[in-house]
Amino acid sequence: MSMQQRFDDSPMVRPSRRDGSAEPLVRFDQVTKRYGSLTVLDQLNLEVSPGEKVAIIGPSGSGKSTLLRALMTLETIDDGVIEVDGEPLTHMPTAGGHLIPANARHQRRIRGRIGMVFQSFNLFPHMNALQNVIEAPVQVLGMSKAEASQRGEELLAMVGLEDKLGHYPAQLSGGQQQRVAIARALAMRPKVMLFDEVTSALDPELCGEVLNVIRQLGEAHNLTMLMVTHQMGFAREFADRVCFFYKGRIHEQGTPEELFGNPREERTQAFLSAVNEAH
Amino acid sequence: MNFFDWQFAWDILPQLLEASLKTIGITLGGFAIAVVLGLILAVGRRSRLPWLSWPVTGLIEFIRSTPLLIQAYFLFYVFPNYGLNLSALQAGIIAIAIHYACYTAEVYRAGLDAVPRGQWEAVTALNMKPLTAYRDVILPQALRPILPALGNYLVAMLKDTPVLSAITVVEIMQQAKNIGSESFRYLEPITLVGLFFLLLSLALAWFVRRLEDRMEVAR
Repeated sequence: MSMQQRFDDSPMVRPSRRDGSAEPLVRFDQVTKRYGSLTVLDQLNLEVSPGEKVAIIGPSGSGKSTLLRALMTLETIDDGVIEVDGEPLTHMPTAGGHLIPANARHQRRIRGRIGMVFQSFNLFPHMNALQNVIEAPVQVLGMSKAEASQRGEELLAMVGLEDKLGHYPAQLSGGQQQRVAIARALAMRPKVMLFDEVTSALDPELCGEVLNVIRQLGEAHNLTMLMVTHQMGFAREFADRVCFFYKGRIHEQGTPEELFGNPREERTQAFLSAVNEAH
Repeated sequence: MNFFDWQFAWDILPQLLEASLKTIGITLGGFAIAVVLGLILAVGRRSRLPWLSWPVTGLIEFIRSTPLLIQAYFLFYVFPNYGLNLSALQAGIIAIAIHYACYTAEVYRAGLDAVPRGQWEAVTALNMKPLTAYRDVILPQALRPILPALGNYLVAMLKDTPVLSAITVVEIMQQAKNIGSESFRYLEPITLVGLFFLLLSLALAWFVRRLEDRMEVAR
């Protein structure tokens, strides 16, 4: 059933899924993103179930990061619809059921369900660790400073930084900064967490502490996670599903065992063997 | 020409000091407007909306490319013909404020451009509203490196206030000229005015440097 048809028929009621599985929390429907003549996302389809951990791998320029950035509304999309928890992200339905571009209010409401951790941490350099974590809960969620601080301290303790509350980003190692960034994103209580090559800017010996935090998150919370990663070992062990990106599409996907153990596509095989050689 | 007459200098000092209050008032009032308006203009110029960024860019370039004197003349002598009546002091403050707002706007723009893109992305990812984002995240980072440049414009603005004597604002320079034309002695009043500007410029520069130090410590 096409997007248009569905919204024309019944804007708010979604048809039940044929296989009876849970509604997807994230849904990319024929999403296209172009930079000039370059197509970065090519009619991409992706559904992520609640609680699912999806690893996204693929050669550089294949659109992996663009997928996360489009979901975080850091990039606009040229075509298609992205849905989060059943509601379109960059569109909104009119009374008549048509989809029109979302206004800022709608987009902010949906975007609040998503959190993101970046390759370059992007902590606020003029705020200490705790201030970084409580800024958005206080300003955006309207939490009291006391409540936000208490939660902030808990989150920073969870990522192993209970003794660094007053430290500024410049006083922290890369791994510590990235853990603050994870705590900061979690403080907004997202339903979906996006990890965009979060260990790529780190020295190898610091990757482990960040991956451990993510691993722990996956075990302790029923958090839905999408991660773009070059850490094949981590993807294999952590993800429920691995998507191999090539030329703006999901070229092949499957469980880690399937994709890493027995890749069907030639491109996937070539990519994986190139990665293995490099390590 | 006689040598410097200390008694005469002493006698005219109260008149000059009184007029200097106007100079200081224009500078502080004008700069207060300029730093706020400049920021608004800078944000407008950086906007992705062409109907906002184009006119703002045009205004900034126009004001920066024409003399303050002409802008002051328009405000005080031309605009009354079209129903906008301002006192000399009002017209003077507005003219110098807008003039310097356009300069500070370019300074702000450089500062805002220097804030890494990742900071804007973090702000979006945390779902912060634009106003909060600017106030809490972007501006504190943009301001620190541009503080010296803003300070320079404060001093430059102080030194530009005599231009307003041309639209009959009796600031310290106009007062000195009045004294000179009445007494036929220019040496003392003009020297005192020069001294006034020197001391005040140095004081402002010192104040700006202290502000920079404080911001450095504050992080």
